[in-house]
Amino acid sequence: MDTIGLYRTTVGKKVVMAVTGAGMLLYVVVHMLGNLTVFSGPDAINGYGHWLRDIGVVWPTRVALLACVALHFVAAYQLTAKARRARGRYEHRRRVQGSYAARTMRWGGVIIALFVVYHLLDLTVGWLNPNGVPGEIHANVVADFRHWYVVLAYTVAVLALGFHIRHGVWSATQTLGVTTSRVIGLGVAVTICAGFLSVPFAVFTGLVS
Amino acid sequence: MKLTLRIWRQSGATGRLVEYPMDDLSPDMSFLEALDVLNERLITSGQEPVAFDHDCREGICGMCGMMINGMAHGPEKATTACQLHLRHFRDGDVVTVEPWRAEPFPVVRDLVVDRSAFDRIVAAGGYISVPTGSAPDAHATPVPKPDADTAFEAAACIGCGACVAACPNGSAMLFTAAKATHLGVLPQGQPERYSRARDMVAEHDASGFGGCTNTGECTSACPKGIPLTTIARLNADLLRAHTTRSDR
Repeated sequence: MDTIGLYRTTVGKKVVMAVTGAGMLLYVVVHMLGNLTVFSGPDAINGYGHWLRDIGVVWPTRVALLACVALHFVAAYQLTAKARRARGRYEHRRRVQGSYAARTMRWGGVIIALFVVYHLLDLTVGWLNPNGVPGEIHANVVADFRHWYVVLAYTVAVLALGFHIRHGVWSATQTLGVTTSRVIGLGVAVTICAGFLSVPFAVFTGLVS
Repeated sequence: MKLTLRIWRQSGATGRLVEYPMDDLSPDMSFLEALDVLNERLITSGQEPVAFDHDCREGICGMCGMMINGMAHGPEKATTACQLHLRHFRDGDVVTVEPWRAEPFPVVRDLVVDRSAFDRIVAAGGYISVPTGSAPDAHATPVPKPDADTAFEAAACIGCGACVAACPNGSAMLFTAAKATHLGVLPQGQPERYSRARDMVAEHDASGFGGCTNTGECTSACPKGIPLTTIARLNADLLRAHTTRSDR
């Protein structure tokens, strides 16, 4: 196994992005499923939060995610820098025809990262949350999504995540050596968007209170 | 037929677009023939003709190639510049013509770029080593038909450079993958299959090409329609080369 030699190649950096991306995607899926416990009432989601702390998965998950984010970002930065140097600058160029998702991977990723910072300050630390009481997950969530601007911010971020996942799933499998149907990436993205957006819209429309 | 050609003229380090109104063109001319007409005019009036690469003019050699209205080889799918006919333009159109642009493809003059980087990638591993001697029987090594088809699809690459020119990352991964695939799926290509992937990608990166983001611009610009699946295949071989001890 020649990890360093592999990482030196552009493909190796993409492999790191694919694997760390898969790790983060796995987390996002679990996170989404956890969110859906809000539909079973305050006790369900608050209990789920306590249970996660009780079994001691919170900090190991945070450390692993932070490592994934760091590796994903560093590889992306290096690949972007190389691509910037390599690409030609035309006087006249037709707009890149690749999908919107493919074209917005880099800045879309930055937007998602900025959103995560806000999201942590909102629902993890509680500073930016209108309720902001640790452990009162249900109350904090409901306090958030009564405001249209919070719903809007979450919607934009989740859609950005959806686009990122749509191209990311396809591109990651391609990087790891298998060409999959683009429908798979689209399906994963739509499922995740629907799952995450169901909560803010349920609160906003009064379905969950 | 009338066209206004805005052509990139460059003889030193920098260049600029120069407008040439053309009013004596036929819709049946190829795009290169329009440049020929222009060059005859330039030569008879004592000006420097537009330098552009061309050879077979039947779409199979890979010499010609230019950005025509911002698209590699122009607006027609699966068509090289020499096979692009003026009937695909409207009378009176303004057509911008630029050379391929990418860091590893320096402009030599006007529309001619130096594509030696492609030669270096092929020299790094785009070959099979055979003990020479008398030619073996044609059917001595059986090749399953699907493998032959996959190899042929990739071997259709003419190395024109449109993939690089179209790529938003200046990546030559489609070219590299085509060359690695047309050998890598055949029995004759097996002994060097993994070292080929490793060495060709290393040379690709060293030449200054960017990494692939699977945007797919390359395959839509490719006059031979080389599929993106070749890139996944190359990636798989590269991973194998770096994760196994084998020196193959």
